Amino acid sequence: MKRYLPFIIVAVVAIATLGSGAALYRAKLPHLLTISEDSVSGKGDAESMHIRGNPEASVTLEEFGDFECPNCAKLATFLDQVIKEYHPRVRLIFRNFPLPNHLFARDAALAAEAAGLQGRYWEMHDMLYREQPVWSSSKSANDARTLFISYAETLGLDFDLFRRDMDSDKARERIESDQAHAKSVGIKTAPSLFVDRREMGPNDRTPEGVRRLIDEAVKAKSSASEKK
Amino acid sequence: MTVSRFRTILYIVVAIVSLAGLADAAYLTVQALTGETAVCGGSPDCFRVLGSSYAKVAGIPVAAFGSLAYFSVFSFATFAAFSYARARLFLTLTVGAMFLVTLWFLYVQAFVLHAYCRYCLFSAAITFLLAGLVIALPPSQDASDA
Repeated sequence: MKRYLPFIIVAVVAIATLGSGAALYRAKLPHLLTISEDSVSGKGDAESMHIRGNPEASVTLEEFGDFECPNCAKLATFLDQVIKEYHPRVRLIFRNFPLPNHLFARDAALAAEAAGLQGRYWEMHDMLYREQPVWSSSKSANDARTLFISYAETLGLDFDLFRRDMDSDKARERIESDQAHAKSVGIKTAPSLFVDRREMGPNDRTPEGVRRLIDEAVKAKSSASEKK
Repeated sequence: MTVSRFRTILYIVVAIVSLAGLADAAYLTVQALTGETAVCGGSPDCFRVLGSSYAKVAGIPVAAFGSLAYFSVFSFATFAAFSYARARLFLTLTVGAMFLVTLWFLYVQAFVLHAYCRYCLFSAAITFLLAGLVIALPPSQDASDA
């Protein structure tokens, strides 16, 4: 028996490790979420929603993004192309989802909202993602804020107003409203993308995967409108 | 206490310590596979390390290699405790290789990424402890395989 004991111990540990790893993987694997139609159409927050592309488009992409997250920056560049490519059938709604572990993400979201209050949300959105490696390496929140103000100047915004708006209740409430929406939907990380209210799955997290989901949604909408 | 008994106890300690490393590496492997590095316990440094290009080799999370290494250490230490002489040689070689890889990852965290991940530091501490235990093992006088 003693001869086989080390084999038994090693086998038990191997099985226990694989079993607990598989259980943890299943528990952590993101479940696909869906958003209700009312929630996307934004009855209550139409004014504060940031829409890129044709506002009346039949297919809606809804992104929960964090300006400090590198994958969100990559996704933003890709979605910008997609919106142009599928115009006028697809629109993008961007929701703020600053992750708590990103030091300047919330301030960046405030900067975007402050620019939005002067009608230049998407310009600041693009600027923040483009310049992400610079401001995300800031030594302090003050340094990051100084950069945000310089971006506002570059975009030709009234920077005194921009500075005030960054600290305003209105900008803060817009972020909190997006976060509350994210919480109600069950979002846990950024970026999270929904194509016509259906979250993209782990296997769709590639340009081809997202395009396939959009193609399916566009096709479904076209055939639905033909039937009408 | 005889030298042989002391050696057996050290092998059992090595096996138990390697289980702590295995748990840490297995957790990081699962986290990498589910794409959860973005949250990583609320630490931005952890995110920088685990989300960097150094955290994967040929698309495979380095934590998976770590899990395999800790499991090998556990297996070799268990067999060595049961007097399998060849297992002692494999144990020494594996822990030696892990020690060198750990030094490389500490260098990357300190001088390339300028950020430390707490899970990686825990793994480094476990590897150093394993290396210390292996060095502390009295030389074997029994060369025969069981």
